[in-house]
Amino acid sequence: MKLTLEVWRQNGPADRGRMVTYQVEDVSPDMSFLEMLDVLNERLILNGEEPIAFDHDCREGICGMCGMVINGVAHGEQRATTTCQLHMRHFEDGETVTIEPWRAAPFPVVKDLVVDRSAFDRIIQAGGFISVPAGSAPDAHAVPVRKDDADAAFDAATCIGCGACVAACPNGSASLFTAAKITHLGLLPQGQPERDARAKAMVEQMDVEGFGGCTNTGECTAVCPKGIPLDTIARMNRDYLKAR
Amino acid sequence: MTWTDDGPLRSVRYVTATINRGSATAPVSPPTPGKPVHTAPPGKLGSSNGKKAVMAVTGAIMVLYLVAHVVGNLKIFYGADTFNEYAHWLRTVGEPAVPPRTVLTIVEIVLSVSVLLHMWSAISLARRARRARPVKYAARRKSQASGYAVRTMRYGGVIILLFLIWHLLDLTFGAVNPAGAEGLPYDRIVQGFAAGRWPVTVFYVVALVMLGLHLRHGMWSAFQTLGLAHGRGYRPLKVTAAAVAVVLVLGFLSVPLAVTFGVVK
Repeated sequence: MKLTLEVWRQNGPADRGRMVTYQVEDVSPDMSFLEMLDVLNERLILNGEEPIAFDHDCREGICGMCGMVINGVAHGEQRATTTCQLHMRHFEDGETVTIEPWRAAPFPVVKDLVVDRSAFDRIIQAGGFISVPAGSAPDAHAVPVRKDDADAAFDAATCIGCGACVAACPNGSASLFTAAKITHLGLLPQGQPERDARAKAMVEQMDVEGFGGCTNTGECTAVCPKGIPLDTIARMNRDYLKAR
Repeated sequence: MTWTDDGPLRSVRYVTATINRGSATAPVSPPTPGKPVHTAPPGKLGSSNGKKAVMAVTGAIMVLYLVAHVVGNLKIFYGADTFNEYAHWLRTVGEPAVPPRTVLTIVEIVLSVSVLLHMWSAISLARRARRARPVKYAARRKSQASGYAVRTMRYGGVIILLFLIWHLLDLTFGAVNPAGAEGLPYDRIVQGFAAGRWPVTVFYVVALVMLGLHLRHGMWSAFQTLGLAHGRGYRPLKVTAAAVAVVLVLGFLSVPLAVTFGVVK
C-alpha cells in the first residue's frame, strides 16, 4: 500500500507547528498504525531528518499512551480501538491520512504528536483514590458487592486515561475520564466514605485545568477505546450535585 | 548492554544481562508560558457542572410553560369568543383572592429569570469550550455520535432568542402586529398570520423547527445533567424527548399555518 500522510510537526511547546506531507510506500495491510509510523521514522532517520515524535508504550491497547487524531477521529474510525491496535487494512491504498495530536488547552503539545496529559494526573490527585490502608488483597467474599455494581465498576475502571474523550469532545471536556473514575470508586464499598468529597474535588479540578463543560454530545463514548458509557457522566453529575 | 559472567556453577553457566535503557520516562516540558491559569469555580453553581444544572432546571421550567402555552393556543380552533375569553381569563385568574394580573406577572418574572439564567450558562459554557480548544483540527472533525439536534443547540438557541423578541413584539405587545396593541388577541393572530404576511409565517415555522431540535436534545440532556439518567433508561428517555418535541412543535405550528392557509379566519 502507498499512503500520503499529512502529519502535524511541532518542534516544541513554543513552536507554532504546521502540517507536513509525507509519502509512505510499501505499507503492509498487516502493520499497525504505529508500525507504519515506525517505517516512516526509520526512513526519516536514515535521511538525517527529525523523526515524528509520538507517544506509545505497550502497543497492546491497555496503556493509553498512543493517542492521535487520525482523519479527524481520535484513535481513527475503528470503534473501541487504540491507535496501536488499529491496522492498516482499514485504510485504502493511495489514501491521504491526516494525523494530529489531541487538541485541548489543558493538553499542551510537547512535540509533534506528543501532548502533556499531566492535567489528568492532577484530576486523579484531587480525589481519584481511597484513603485506606489497603494491605494485601482481601478475601473476595469479605465485603459483599452486588454483581451489577461489580460489573459496572469494572467497566468504568477499564479507562486507560488516553484522553480520546477530550480530543473528540467539541467542548474539550474531560467529563468521561473523570466520570469513569468517580463511577469506579463510587460503586464500591471502599469508595463510599470519600464519595462526596471525591466528586466535588475532581469535578472542580476539571474546571481549574481549563477543560470545557459537557453538553452531552456523546462524542466521547463513541471514540473511547474502552467504551466507557455515558451514564458514568450522569452518575458524576448526581454525585457532584448531591455533595455538600 | 553489558554482560557479566557469574562463572561456572556446577555444569551450568549463569549469565546476567543488564540492559542500560536510560531513563524510563521522557522529560516533560514545563508548562507553556502564557498558558491561562484557571482558578477554582466560585461555589457549586459557578462550576461547569453547576452551570449545566442551572441550564437544565431553567430549561425544564420553560418546557412546562410551553406545554401550558400550546394548550392555550389550540383554543383558537374553538372560535374567537372562546379564545378571547381564555386570554382575558389569563389576566384575571386568581381573582378576587389576588389583584388582577398577579398570576400572569409571577409567570412573566419566573420566565424572564429562566431565560436570562439559561442564556448566562449557555454563553459562559460556550466561551469556556472555545478557550479549551485554542488550536482547531486541520481535518474536518467527523462526528462519531448520532444526533443532528445536538449540533444546532448554540446557533439554534440564538435563532430562538431572535424569534422570542419578534414574537413578544408581535403578539404580546402588538408593536409589529397589524391589529396593533389595542387589537383583540384573536384579531392579532388572524391578521398577523394573514396569507399576505407569509414571511412572518415562514419565520415562525423555521424558529419552531429549531425549537423542536433544541427540545429534542435539551429535554433528555437535562435528565443527564441532573444525574437522573440510567443505563437502560436512555432509550425511553430519548424517545420521549423526541415525541414531546414533535407534539409541541406540531401544536404550535398548527395555529399560524391554519391562519395562513385560511382554515382559521
